[in-house]
Amino acid sequence: MLSPQSPGFEASLVEAPGRRAPRRSGFVATMRLEVAEALRAKWFLFYSLVFFGLVAVMLVFGLTESRVMGFTGLSRLLVTYTQLAMAILPVFVLISTVRSLAGDREAGVFEYMLALPVGIGAWYGGRLIGRFLVTALPVVLAVLIAIGYGAARGVAVPWRELGLELGLLVTLVWCFVGIAFLISALSRSTDTAQTAAFLIWLTLVLALDLVLLGLMIRGQAPVETIVGVALANPLQVFRTASMLIFDPQLVLLGPTAYVILDLFGRTGFVVWAFAYPIFLGAMAAGLGYWIFRRADLP
Amino acid sequence: MITLKGVRKTFGPQAVLDGLDLDIPTGQRIALVGSNGAGKTTFFRCLLGEYVHDGEIRVMGRDPRRDRAAVLGLVGFVPQLPPPLRMPVGALMTYVADLTGSSVARMDEIADRLGLDIRPIRARPFVKLSGGMKQKLMIATALGRDVRLLIMDEPAANLDPAARHALFDLLADRIGTTMIVSSHRLDEIAPLVNRVVELERGKVVLDDVVTDAGALGSGFLARLELAGADPAFARGAVEWGLSSADRDTSWQGEIAGPDRLRFLGFVARHSGVISGFEMRGR
Repeated sequence: MLSPQSPGFEASLVEAPGRRAPRRSGFVATMRLEVAEALRAKWFLFYSLVFFGLVAVMLVFGLTESRVMGFTGLSRLLVTYTQLAMAILPVFVLISTVRSLAGDREAGVFEYMLALPVGIGAWYGGRLIGRFLVTALPVVLAVLIAIGYGAARGVAVPWRELGLELGLLVTLVWCFVGIAFLISALSRSTDTAQTAAFLIWLTLVLALDLVLLGLMIRGQAPVETIVGVALANPLQVFRTASMLIFDPQLVLLGPTAYVILDLFGRTGFVVWAFAYPIFLGAMAAGLGYWIFRRADLP
Repeated sequence: MITLKGVRKTFGPQAVLDGLDLDIPTGQRIALVGSNGAGKTTFFRCLLGEYVHDGEIRVMGRDPRRDRAAVLGLVGFVPQLPPPLRMPVGALMTYVADLTGSSVARMDEIADRLGLDIRPIRARPFVKLSGGMKQKLMIATALGRDVRLLIMDEPAANLDPAARHALFDLLADRIGTTMIVSSHRLDEIAPLVNRVVELERGKVVLDDVVTDAGALGSGFLARLELAGADPAFARGAVEWGLSSADRDTSWQGEIAGPDRLRFLGFVARHSGVISGFEMRGR
Protein backbone atom coordinates (compact mmCIF):
# COMPACT_ATOMS: atom_id res chain seq x y z
CA MET A 1 0.00 0.00 0.00
CA LEU A 2 1.33 3.43 -0.89
CA SER A 3 1.87 6.02 1.81
CA PRO A 4 1.13 9.71 1.16
CA GLN A 5 4.87 10.28 0.80
CA SER A 6 5.36 7.50 -1.77
CA PRO A 7 5.97 8.40 -5.39
CA GLY A 8 2.81 7.85 -7.41
CA PHE A 9 0.54 8.10 -4.36
CA GLU A 10 -1.45 11.03 -5.76
CA ALA A 11 -2.05 9.38 -9.12
CA SER A 12 -3.17 6.26 -7.25
CA LEU A 13 -5.97 8.31 -5.66
CA VAL A 14 -7.50 8.90 -9.07
CA GLU A 15 -7.07 5.30 -10.11
CA ALA A 16 -8.03 3.72 -6.78
CA PRO A 17 -9.42 0.21 -7.44
CA GLY A 18 -12.34 0.69 -5.04
CA ARG A 19 -13.53 3.77 -6.82
CA ARG A 20 -16.97 3.32 -8.36
CA ALA A 21 -17.42 3.94 -12.04
CA PRO A 22 -20.11 6.36 -13.19
CA ARG A 23 -23.43 4.59 -13.66
CA ARG A 24 -24.10 6.38 -16.93
CA SER A 25 -21.77 8.13 -19.36
CA GLY A 26 -21.54 11.90 -19.09
CA PHE A 27 -22.92 12.23 -22.61
CA VAL A 28 -26.02 10.12 -21.96
CA ALA A 29 -26.70 11.65 -18.52
CA THR A 30 -26.38 15.19 -19.88
CA MET A 31 -28.53 14.42 -22.92
CA ARG A 32 -31.26 12.95 -20.72
CA LEU A 33 -31.10 15.97 -18.44
CA GLU A 34 -31.33 18.37 -21.41
CA VAL A 35 -34.36 16.54 -22.81
CA ALA A 36 -36.07 16.41 -19.41
CA GLU A 37 -35.33 20.12 -18.81
CA ALA A 38 -36.77 21.08 -22.19
CA LEU A 39 -39.90 18.98 -21.72
CA ARG A 40 -40.59 20.89 -18.51
CA ALA A 41 -39.84 24.32 -19.95
CA LYS A 42 -42.49 26.83 -20.98
CA TRP A 43 -40.75 27.57 -24.28
CA PHE A 44 -41.13 23.94 -25.28
CA LEU A 45 -44.83 23.93 -24.44
CA PHE A 46 -45.38 27.07 -26.51
CA TYR A 47 -43.16 25.79 -29.32
CA SER A 48 -45.09 22.49 -29.46
CA LEU A 49 -48.43 24.26 -29.33
CA VAL A 50 -47.45 26.36 -32.34
CA PHE A 51 -46.66 23.34 -34.53
CA PHE A 52 -49.56 21.19 -33.32
CA GLY A 53 -51.79 24.25 -33.62
CA LEU A 54 -50.69 24.84 -37.21
CA VAL A 55 -51.59 21.31 -38.20
CA ALA A 56 -54.88 21.45 -36.29
CA VAL A 57 -55.86 24.72 -37.97
CA MET A 58 -55.02 23.31 -41.41
CA LEU A 59 -57.09 20.21 -40.77
CA VAL A 60 -60.00 22.10 -39.23
CA PHE A 61 -60.17 24.48 -42.20
CA GLY A 62 -60.22 21.55 -44.60
CA LEU A 63 -56.87 22.11 -46.25
CA THR A 64 -56.75 18.47 -47.21
CA GLU A 65 -59.87 18.96 -49.31
CA SER A 66 -58.73 22.20 -50.95
CA ARG A 67 -56.91 22.65 -54.23
CA VAL A 68 -54.47 25.54 -54.33
CA MET A 69 -51.92 26.00 -57.10
CA GLY A 70 -52.34 22.41 -58.15
CA PHE A 71 -51.68 20.84 -54.73
CA THR A 72 -54.41 18.83 -53.04
CA GLY A 73 -54.92 16.64 -50.00
CA LEU A 74 -52.00 15.89 -47.73
CA SER A 75 -49.55 17.20 -50.31
CA ARG A 76 -51.15 20.59 -49.99
CA LEU A 77 -50.99 20.37 -46.21
CA LEU A 78 -47.33 19.39 -46.29
CA VAL A 79 -46.37 22.20 -48.65
CA THR A 80 -48.12 24.77 -46.48
CA TYR A 81 -46.73 23.29 -43.29
CA THR A 82 -43.12 23.27 -44.50
CA GLN A 83 -43.36 26.85 -45.78
CA LEU A 84 -44.78 28.00 -42.43
CA ALA A 85 -42.20 25.95 -40.54
CA MET A 86 -39.46 27.67 -42.50
CA ALA A 87 -40.73 31.03 -41.27
CA ILE A 88 -41.16 30.01 -37.63
CA LEU A 89 -38.66 27.28 -36.88
CA PRO A 90 -35.26 28.99 -37.35
CA VAL A 91 -36.00 32.00 -35.17
CA PHE A 92 -37.62 29.79 -32.53
CA VAL A 93 -34.68 27.39 -32.44
CA LEU A 94 -32.08 30.15 -32.41
CA ILE A 95 -33.64 32.32 -29.71
CA SER A 96 -34.73 29.52 -27.36
CA THR A 97 -31.37 27.73 -27.60
CA VAL A 98 -29.14 30.75 -27.08
CA ARG A 99 -31.36 31.98 -24.24
CA SER A 100 -31.02 28.63 -22.53
CA LEU A 101 -27.25 28.24 -22.96
CA ALA A 102 -26.12 31.84 -22.51
CA GLY A 103 -28.66 32.27 -19.68
CA ASP A 104 -27.26 29.25 -17.85
CA ARG A 105 -23.72 30.56 -18.22
CA GLU A 106 -24.69 34.04 -17.04
CA ALA A 107 -26.64 32.72 -14.04
CA GLY A 108 -23.75 30.58 -12.76
CA VAL A 109 -25.24 27.22 -13.73
CA PHE A 110 -22.10 26.31 -15.69
CA GLU A 111 -19.90 26.90 -12.63
CA TYR A 112 -21.72 24.17 -10.72
CA MET A 113 -22.57 21.74 -13.50
CA LEU A 114 -19.05 21.80 -14.94
CA ALA A 115 -17.55 21.13 -11.52
CA LEU A 116 -19.11 17.66 -11.80
CA PRO A 117 -17.09 14.84 -13.36
CA VAL A 118 -18.23 15.17 -16.94
CA GLY A 119 -15.89 15.76 -19.89
CA ILE A 120 -16.35 18.99 -21.80
CA GLY A 121 -17.04 17.05 -25.01
CA ALA A 122 -19.58 14.78 -23.31
CA TRP A 123 -21.34 17.74 -21.74
CA TYR A 124 -21.40 19.84 -24.90
CA GLY A 125 -22.39 16.87 -27.09
CA GLY A 126 -25.09 15.77 -24.64
CA ARG A 127 -26.67 19.21 -24.60
CA LEU A 128 -26.38 19.54 -28.40
CA ILE A 129 -28.03 16.22 -29.21
CA GLY A 130 -30.60 16.61 -26.43
CA ARG A 131 -31.57 20.04 -27.71
CA PHE A 132 -31.74 18.77 -31.30
CA LEU A 133 -34.04 15.91 -30.31
CA VAL A 134 -36.49 18.04 -28.35
CA THR A 135 -36.57 20.71 -31.04
CA ALA A 136 -37.19 18.25 -33.85
CA LEU A 137 -39.76 16.18 -31.95
CA PRO A 138 -42.86 18.47 -32.13
CA VAL A 139 -42.14 19.40 -35.76
CA VAL A 140 -42.12 15.75 -36.83
CA LEU A 141 -44.86 14.59 -34.48
CA ALA A 142 -47.30 17.25 -35.70
CA VAL A 143 -46.88 16.06 -39.30
CA LEU A 144 -47.26 12.42 -38.32
CA ILE A 145 -50.50 13.22 -36.50
CA ALA A 146 -51.81 14.99 -39.60
CA ILE A 147 -50.83 12.03 -41.76
CA GLY A 148 -52.53 9.62 -39.36
CA TYR A 149 -55.67 11.76 -39.42
CA GLY A 150 -55.62 12.03 -43.21
CA ALA A 151 -55.00 8.32 -43.70
CA ALA A 152 -57.85 7.48 -41.32
CA ARG A 153 -60.16 9.59 -43.50
CA GLY A 154 -59.03 7.82 -46.62
CA VAL A 155 -56.87 10.61 -48.06
CA ALA A 156 -53.94 9.32 -50.14
CA VAL A 157 -50.61 9.59 -48.32
CA PRO A 158 -47.66 10.77 -50.47
CA TRP A 159 -45.13 8.63 -48.58
CA ARG A 160 -42.03 9.48 -50.60
CA GLU A 161 -42.66 13.20 -50.50
CA LEU A 162 -43.60 12.98 -46.85
CA GLY A 163 -40.31 11.29 -45.98
CA LEU A 164 -38.28 13.86 -47.91
CA GLU A 165 -40.13 16.84 -46.42
CA LEU A 166 -39.73 15.49 -42.89
CA GLY A 167 -36.04 14.88 -43.57
CA LEU A 168 -35.63 18.45 -44.79
CA LEU A 169 -37.35 19.79 -41.67
CA VAL A 170 -35.08 17.75 -39.41
CA THR A 171 -31.94 18.94 -41.24
CA LEU A 172 -33.18 22.53 -40.90
CA VAL A 173 -33.57 22.01 -37.14
CA TRP A 174 -30.07 20.51 -36.93
CA CYS A 175 -28.57 23.38 -38.91
CA PHE A 176 -30.02 26.06 -36.63
CA VAL A 177 -29.31 24.18 -33.40
CA GLY A 178 -25.66 24.02 -34.53
CA ILE A 179 -25.61 27.75 -35.33
CA ALA A 180 -27.24 28.50 -31.95
CA PHE A 181 -24.52 26.52 -30.13
CA LEU A 182 -21.84 28.49 -31.98
CA ILE A 183 -23.46 31.80 -31.02
CA SER A 184 -23.73 30.64 -27.39
CA ALA A 185 -20.05 29.65 -27.30
CA LEU A 186 -19.07 33.07 -28.61
CA SER A 187 -21.37 35.15 -26.36
CA ARG A 188 -20.75 35.98 -22.73
CA SER A 189 -24.22 37.41 -22.07
CA THR A 190 -27.79 36.50 -22.94
CA ASP A 191 -28.42 39.92 -24.49
CA THR A 192 -25.47 39.60 -26.86
CA ALA A 193 -26.43 36.04 -27.79
CA GLN A 194 -30.07 36.94 -28.48
CA THR A 195 -29.11 39.97 -30.55
CA ALA A 196 -26.64 37.93 -32.60
CA ALA A 197 -29.20 35.16 -33.12
CA PHE A 198 -31.85 37.62 -34.26
CA LEU A 199 -29.47 39.39 -36.64
CA ILE A 200 -28.37 36.11 -38.21
CA TRP A 201 -31.99 35.05 -38.73
CA LEU A 202 -32.88 38.49 -40.15
CA THR A 203 -29.93 38.37 -42.55
CA LEU A 204 -30.95 34.93 -43.83
CA VAL A 205 -34.58 36.00 -44.24
CA LEU A 206 -33.59 39.16 -46.10
CA ALA A 207 -31.31 37.10 -48.32
CA LEU A 208 -34.27 34.93 -49.31
CA ASP A 209 -35.98 37.37 -51.61
CA LEU A 210 -35.22 40.98 -50.92
CA VAL A 211 -31.48 40.87 -51.46
CA LEU A 212 -31.61 38.33 -54.29
CA LEU A 213 -34.35 40.22 -56.13
CA GLY A 214 -32.56 43.52 -55.53
CA LEU A 215 -29.34 42.13 -56.93
CA MET A 216 -31.09 40.69 -59.95
CA ILE A 217 -33.16 43.78 -60.72
CA ARG A 218 -30.26 46.14 -60.50
CA GLY A 219 -28.05 43.71 -62.34
CA GLN A 220 -25.06 44.76 -60.30
CA ALA A 221 -23.82 41.30 -59.51
CA PRO A 222 -22.88 38.37 -61.73
CA VAL A 223 -25.38 35.52 -61.92
CA GLU A 224 -22.86 33.21 -60.24
CA THR A 225 -22.79 35.47 -57.19
CA ILE A 226 -26.56 35.53 -56.95
CA VAL A 227 -26.78 31.75 -57.30
CA GLY A 228 -23.96 31.42 -54.77
CA VAL A 229 -25.84 33.57 -52.24
CA ALA A 230 -28.97 31.48 -52.76
CA LEU A 231 -27.11 28.20 -52.39
CA ALA A 232 -25.29 29.36 -49.26
CA ASN A 233 -28.48 30.40 -47.49
CA PRO A 234 -29.91 27.34 -45.71
CA LEU A 235 -33.36 28.90 -45.72
CA GLN A 236 -33.31 29.36 -49.49
CA VAL A 237 -31.99 25.86 -49.99
CA PHE A 238 -34.75 24.45 -47.80
CA ARG A 239 -37.40 26.53 -49.51
CA THR A 240 -36.36 25.53 -53.00
CA ALA A 241 -35.95 21.85 -52.11
CA SER A 242 -39.32 21.66 -50.36
CA MET A 243 -40.93 23.04 -53.53
CA LEU A 244 -38.89 20.76 -55.76
CA ILE A 245 -40.13 17.66 -53.98
CA PHE A 246 -43.75 18.34 -54.99
CA ASP A 247 -43.07 20.37 -58.13
CA PRO A 248 -40.29 18.59 -60.09
CA GLN A 249 -40.21 21.27 -62.82
CA LEU A 250 -40.15 24.09 -60.27
CA VAL A 251 -42.95 25.88 -62.07
CA LEU A 252 -43.62 27.84 -58.86
CA LEU A 253 -40.13 29.32 -58.95
CA GLY A 254 -40.27 30.73 -62.48
CA PRO A 255 -37.21 31.14 -64.72
CA THR A 256 -34.77 30.69 -61.82
CA ALA A 257 -35.66 27.01 -61.96
CA TYR A 258 -33.55 26.62 -65.11
CA VAL A 259 -30.39 27.61 -63.24
CA ILE A 260 -31.05 25.14 -60.42
CA LEU A 261 -32.10 22.27 -62.66
CA ASP A 262 -29.24 22.85 -65.11
CA LEU A 263 -26.69 23.12 -62.34
CA PHE A 264 -27.79 20.25 -60.08
CA GLY A 265 -30.65 18.33 -61.62
CA ARG A 266 -33.58 17.40 -59.38
CA THR A 267 -31.89 14.64 -57.41
CA GLY A 268 -28.66 16.59 -57.12
CA PHE A 269 -30.41 19.56 -55.56
CA VAL A 270 -32.31 17.39 -53.09
CA VAL A 271 -29.01 15.79 -52.08
CA TRP A 272 -27.49 19.27 -51.70
CA ALA A 273 -30.53 20.35 -49.64
CA PHE A 274 -29.85 17.53 -47.20
CA ALA A 275 -26.07 17.59 -47.16
CA TYR A 276 -25.50 21.33 -46.90
CA PRO A 277 -27.60 22.09 -43.77
CA ILE A 278 -26.25 18.97 -42.04
CA PHE A 279 -22.69 20.05 -42.87
CA LEU A 280 -23.34 23.68 -41.88
CA GLY A 281 -24.95 22.68 -38.56
CA ALA A 282 -22.15 20.22 -37.77
CA MET A 283 -19.46 22.76 -38.67
CA ALA A 284 -21.09 25.48 -36.56
CA ALA A 285 -21.53 23.13 -33.59
CA GLY A 286 -17.97 21.85 -34.00
CA LEU A 287 -16.54 25.35 -34.18
CA GLY A 288 -18.63 26.25 -31.10
CA TYR A 289 -17.14 23.28 -29.27
CA TRP A 290 -13.61 24.23 -30.31
CA ILE A 291 -14.15 27.76 -28.96
CA PHE A 292 -15.95 26.57 -25.82
CA ARG A 293 -13.30 24.10 -24.73
CA ARG A 294 -10.47 26.61 -25.20
CA ALA A 295 -12.08 29.41 -23.25
CA ASP A 296 -13.17 29.93 -19.65
CA LEU A 297 -16.15 27.64 -19.11
CA PRO A 298 -18.35 29.63 -16.67
CA MET B 1 -2.55 16.46 -3.38
CA ILE B 2 -2.57 19.92 -5.01
CA THR B 3 0.34 21.82 -6.53
CA LEU B 4 0.21 25.28 -8.07
CA LYS B 5 3.23 26.72 -9.82
CA GLY B 6 3.20 30.30 -11.05
CA VAL B 7 -0.56 30.31 -11.62
CA ARG B 8 -1.65 33.55 -13.20
CA LYS B 9 -5.14 34.43 -14.38
CA THR B 10 -5.99 37.73 -16.00
CA PHE B 11 -9.25 39.32 -17.09
CA GLY B 12 -8.25 41.98 -19.58
CA PRO B 13 -5.36 43.94 -18.10
CA GLN B 14 -6.18 42.92 -14.53
CA ALA B 15 -4.39 39.97 -12.92
CA VAL B 16 -6.84 38.26 -10.55
CA LEU B 17 -4.33 35.53 -9.66
CA ASP B 18 -0.79 36.81 -9.85
CA GLY B 19 1.80 34.04 -9.91
CA LEU B 20 0.43 31.75 -7.20
CA ASP B 21 2.71 29.04 -5.83
CA LEU B 22 1.08 26.68 -3.38
CA ASP B 23 1.51 23.12 -2.22
CA ILE B 24 -1.35 21.44 -0.38
CA PRO B 25 -0.61 17.99 1.06
CA THR B 26 -3.23 15.24 1.31
CA GLY B 27 -5.53 15.61 4.30
CA GLN B 28 -4.80 19.26 4.95
CA ARG B 29 -7.70 21.59 5.72
CA ILE B 30 -7.20 25.06 4.36
CA ALA B 31 -9.08 28.25 5.12
CA LEU B 32 -8.90 30.46 2.08
CA VAL B 33 -9.64 33.98 3.23
CA GLY B 34 -9.54 37.39 1.65
CA SER B 35 -11.70 40.38 0.87
CA ASN B 36 -14.03 40.68 -2.13
CA GLY B 37 -12.03 40.48 -5.34
CA ALA B 38 -9.04 38.85 -3.65
CA GLY B 39 -9.24 35.98 -6.14
CA LYS B 40 -10.84 33.19 -4.07
CA THR B 41 -13.54 32.23 -6.58
CA THR B 42 -11.07 32.46 -9.49
CA PHE B 43 -8.71 30.21 -7.54
CA PHE B 44 -11.49 27.63 -7.13
CA ARG B 45 -12.48 27.80 -10.78
CA CYS B 46 -8.87 27.23 -11.83
CA LEU B 47 -8.65 24.25 -9.45
CA LEU B 48 -11.86 22.84 -10.95
CA GLY B 49 -10.45 23.14 -14.47
CA GLU B 50 -13.04 25.75 -15.44
CA TYR B 51 -10.66 28.62 -16.22
CA VAL B 52 -7.73 28.67 -18.59
CA HIS B 53 -4.65 30.17 -16.94
CA ASP B 54 -0.92 30.53 -17.14
CA GLY B 55 1.27 28.37 -14.92
CA GLU B 56 0.58 24.82 -13.81
CA ILE B 57 -2.00 23.18 -11.58
CA ARG B 58 -1.91 19.52 -10.58
CA VAL B 59 -4.65 17.88 -8.54
CA MET B 60 -3.78 14.35 -7.48
CA GLY B 61 -0.97 14.50 -10.02
CA ARG B 62 -3.27 15.40 -12.94
CA ASP B 63 -4.26 18.45 -14.88
CA PRO B 64 -7.86 19.23 -13.83
CA ARG B 65 -8.57 20.83 -17.19
CA ARG B 66 -7.34 17.97 -19.35
CA ASP B 67 -8.37 15.07 -17.10
CA ARG B 68 -11.63 16.62 -15.95
CA ALA B 69 -13.75 13.52 -15.49
CA ALA B 70 -11.03 11.59 -13.62
CA VAL B 71 -10.08 14.46 -11.30
CA LEU B 72 -13.54 15.89 -10.67
CA GLY B 73 -14.86 12.44 -9.82
CA LEU B 74 -12.92 12.80 -6.58
CA VAL B 75 -13.75 16.46 -5.94
CA GLY B 76 -16.83 17.71 -4.13
CA PHE B 77 -17.70 21.35 -4.74
CA VAL B 78 -20.11 23.59 -2.84
CA PRO B 79 -20.57 26.97 -4.57
CA GLN B 80 -21.03 30.23 -2.71
CA LEU B 81 -24.30 30.98 -4.52
CA PRO B 82 -26.43 27.96 -5.40
CA PRO B 83 -27.14 28.03 -9.15
CA PRO B 84 -30.72 28.79 -10.30
CA LEU B 85 -31.37 25.26 -11.56
CA ARG B 86 -34.91 24.76 -12.83
CA MET B 87 -34.72 20.98 -12.65
CA PRO B 88 -36.45 19.16 -9.79
CA VAL B 89 -34.40 18.24 -6.75
CA GLY B 90 -34.71 14.53 -7.60
CA ALA B 91 -33.43 15.06 -11.16
CA LEU B 92 -30.39 16.96 -9.88
CA MET B 93 -29.54 14.24 -7.38
CA THR B 94 -29.97 11.52 -10.00
CA TYR B 95 -27.72 13.42 -12.43
CA VAL B 96 -24.97 13.80 -9.83
CA ALA B 97 -25.34 10.16 -8.76
CA ASP B 98 -25.18 8.99 -12.40
CA LEU B 99 -21.99 10.92 -13.08
CA THR B 100 -20.22 10.04 -9.87
CA GLY B 101 -21.30 6.44 -9.36
CA SER B 102 -22.80 7.42 -6.03
CA SER B 103 -26.36 6.82 -4.84
CA VAL B 104 -29.26 9.16 -4.26
CA ALA B 105 -29.95 7.35 -0.97
CA ARG B 106 -26.53 8.37 0.33
CA MET B 107 -27.20 12.01 -0.54
CA ASP B 108 -30.63 11.71 1.13
CA GLU B 109 -28.88 10.54 4.26
CA ILE B 110 -26.47 13.50 4.33
CA ALA B 111 -29.34 15.91 3.66
CA ASP B 112 -31.26 14.32 6.52
CA ARG B 113 -28.32 14.86 8.89
CA LEU B 114 -28.33 18.50 7.86
CA GLY B 115 -32.02 18.72 8.73
CA LEU B 116 -33.38 18.59 5.19
CA ASP B 117 -36.03 15.96 4.41
CA ILE B 118 -35.77 15.31 0.68
CA ARG B 119 -39.02 13.35 0.24
CA PRO B 120 -41.47 16.27 0.21
CA ILE B 121 -39.25 18.40 -2.04
CA ARG B 122 -38.04 15.76 -4.51
CA ALA B 123 -40.36 16.95 -7.29
CA ARG B 124 -39.93 20.65 -6.51
CA PRO B 125 -37.71 22.76 -8.80
CA PHE B 126 -34.37 23.41 -7.12
CA VAL B 127 -34.67 27.13 -7.79
CA LYS B 128 -37.89 27.31 -5.72
CA LEU B 129 -36.19 26.11 -2.52
CA SER B 130 -35.20 28.52 0.26
CA GLY B 131 -31.57 29.67 0.46
CA GLY B 132 -30.86 27.34 3.39
CA MET B 133 -32.44 24.34 1.67
CA LYS B 134 -30.42 24.94 -1.51
CA GLN B 135 -27.23 25.18 0.51
CA LYS B 136 -27.98 21.95 2.36
CA LEU B 137 -28.68 20.16 -0.92
CA MET B 138 -25.44 21.43 -2.46
CA ILE B 139 -23.57 20.11 0.58
CA ALA B 140 -25.45 16.78 0.42
CA THR B 141 -24.53 16.26 -3.25
CA ALA B 142 -20.88 17.09 -2.51
CA LEU B 143 -20.56 14.96 0.63
CA GLY B 144 -22.85 12.12 -0.46
CA ARG B 145 -20.09 10.46 -2.46
CA ASP B 146 -16.49 9.32 -2.18
CA VAL B 147 -14.36 12.41 -2.63
CA ARG B 148 -10.72 13.09 -1.76
CA LEU B 149 -10.94 16.85 -2.07
CA LEU B 150 -13.68 19.18 -0.87
CA ILE B 151 -13.83 22.71 -2.23
CA MET B 152 -16.37 24.80 -0.37
CA ASP B 153 -17.12 28.45 -0.98
CA GLU B 154 -18.74 29.88 2.17
CA PRO B 155 -20.51 26.57 2.88
CA ALA B 156 -22.14 27.61 6.16
CA ALA B 157 -23.29 31.06 5.08
CA ASN B 158 -27.01 30.20 4.79
CA LEU B 159 -27.21 27.52 7.44
CA ASP B 160 -29.02 27.66 10.78
CA PRO B 161 -27.02 26.74 13.92
CA ALA B 162 -28.26 23.14 14.00
CA ALA B 163 -27.29 22.58 10.35
CA ARG B 164 -23.92 24.24 10.94
CA HIS B 165 -23.36 21.87 13.84
CA ALA B 166 -24.25 18.91 11.62
CA LEU B 167 -21.98 20.19 8.83
CA PHE B 168 -19.03 20.50 11.21
CA ASP B 169 -19.67 16.93 12.42
CA LEU B 170 -19.86 15.65 8.85
CA LEU B 171 -16.59 17.35 7.98
CA ALA B 172 -14.98 16.00 11.14
CA ASP B 173 -15.92 12.48 10.01
CA ARG B 174 -14.00 12.99 6.76
CA ILE B 175 -10.62 12.06 8.09
CA GLY B 176 -7.97 12.21 5.38
CA THR B 177 -10.07 14.31 3.01
CA THR B 178 -8.32 17.45 1.82
CA MET B 179 -10.50 20.54 2.24
CA ILE B 180 -10.34 24.09 1.01
CA VAL B 181 -12.95 26.33 2.61
CA SER B 182 -13.29 29.98 1.72
CA SER B 183 -14.76 32.79 3.74
CA HIS B 184 -14.58 36.52 4.11
CA ARG B 185 -14.16 36.01 7.84
CA LEU B 186 -11.46 33.85 9.34
CA ASP B 187 -13.27 33.53 12.69
CA GLU B 188 -16.14 31.72 10.92
CA ILE B 189 -14.02 28.90 9.60
CA ALA B 190 -10.84 28.94 11.70
CA PRO B 191 -12.03 26.00 13.83
CA LEU B 192 -12.61 23.90 10.71
CA VAL B 193 -9.07 24.12 9.41
CA ASN B 194 -5.42 23.57 10.23
CA ARG B 195 -3.92 26.02 7.77
CA VAL B 196 -4.87 29.53 6.68
CA VAL B 197 -4.05 31.01 3.32
CA GLU B 198 -4.98 34.64 2.77
CA LEU B 199 -5.23 36.07 -0.72
CA GLU B 200 -4.97 39.74 -1.52
CA ARG B 201 -5.12 40.96 -5.12
CA GLY B 202 -4.29 37.52 -6.40
CA LYS B 203 -1.23 36.94 -4.22
CA VAL B 204 -0.73 34.88 -1.07
CA VAL B 205 -0.14 37.39 1.74
CA LEU B 206 -0.47 34.96 4.65
CA ASP B 207 0.18 31.23 4.89
CA ASP B 208 0.01 29.96 8.46
CA VAL B 209 -0.81 26.91 10.54
CA VAL B 210 -3.79 27.05 12.92
CA THR B 211 -4.11 25.45 16.32
CA ASP B 212 -7.46 25.96 17.96
CA ALA B 213 -9.27 24.61 21.01
CA GLY B 214 -12.52 24.65 19.09
CA ALA B 215 -11.32 22.28 16.42
CA LEU B 216 -13.55 20.22 14.18
CA GLY B 217 -15.37 17.52 16.11
CA SER B 218 -15.00 19.23 19.48
CA GLY B 219 -17.96 20.44 21.53
CA PHE B 220 -18.90 22.47 24.56
CA LEU B 221 -21.59 22.00 27.17
CA ALA B 222 -23.31 25.32 27.78
CA ARG B 223 -25.52 26.21 30.74
CA LEU B 224 -27.37 29.51 31.12
CA GLU B 225 -29.48 30.98 33.91
CA LEU B 226 -31.87 33.83 33.23
CA ALA B 227 -33.06 36.50 35.61
CA GLY B 228 -36.56 35.96 34.23
CA ALA B 229 -38.41 34.36 31.34
CA ASP B 230 -37.66 35.97 27.97
CA PRO B 231 -39.53 34.81 24.81
CA ALA B 232 -36.91 36.27 22.41
CA PHE B 233 -34.12 34.44 24.22
CA ALA B 234 -36.18 31.24 24.28
CA ARG B 235 -36.67 31.30 20.50
CA GLY B 236 -32.96 31.80 19.90
CA ALA B 237 -32.01 29.16 22.45
CA VAL B 238 -34.22 26.56 20.75
CA GLU B 239 -32.56 27.37 17.42
CA TRP B 240 -29.19 26.70 19.06
CA GLY B 241 -30.47 23.34 20.24
CA LEU B 242 -30.64 24.29 23.93
CA SER B 243 -33.34 22.84 26.11
CA SER B 244 -34.97 23.92 29.31
CA ALA B 245 -36.68 21.74 31.85
CA ASP B 246 -38.91 24.58 32.96
CA ARG B 247 -39.04 26.30 29.49
CA ASP B 248 -38.26 29.43 31.45
CA THR B 249 -35.10 30.42 33.25
CA SER B 250 -32.64 27.52 33.06
CA TRP B 251 -31.24 26.38 29.67
CA GLN B 252 -28.56 23.91 28.67
CA GLY B 253 -27.22 22.07 25.63
CA GLU B 254 -24.23 21.23 23.49
CA ILE B 255 -22.54 23.69 21.17
CA ALA B 256 -20.25 22.56 18.33
CA GLY B 257 -16.66 23.66 18.89
CA PRO B 258 -16.44 25.55 15.58
CA ASP B 259 -19.64 27.41 16.49
CA ARG B 260 -18.58 28.66 19.89
CA LEU B 261 -17.68 32.19 18.79
CA ARG B 262 -21.06 32.62 17.15
CA PHE B 263 -22.73 31.23 20.26
CA LEU B 264 -20.85 33.67 22.45
CA GLY B 265 -22.21 36.39 20.17
CA PHE B 266 -25.73 35.13 20.88
CA VAL B 267 -24.99 35.16 24.62
CA ALA B 268 -23.60 38.68 24.39
CA ARG B 269 -26.74 39.92 22.62
CA HIS B 270 -28.89 38.62 25.49
CA SER B 271 -26.54 39.56 28.33
CA GLY B 272 -29.25 41.80 29.80
CA VAL B 273 -31.39 38.83 30.78
CA ILE B 274 -28.62 36.32 31.59
CA SER B 275 -27.75 35.94 35.25
CA GLY B 276 -25.42 32.98 34.99
CA PHE B 277 -23.36 31.37 32.22
CA GLU B 278 -21.04 28.38 32.03
CA MET B 279 -19.34 26.69 29.07
CA ARG B 280 -17.14 23.60 29.44
CA GLY B 281 -15.25 21.53 26.92
CA ARG B 282 -16.72 18.09 26.27
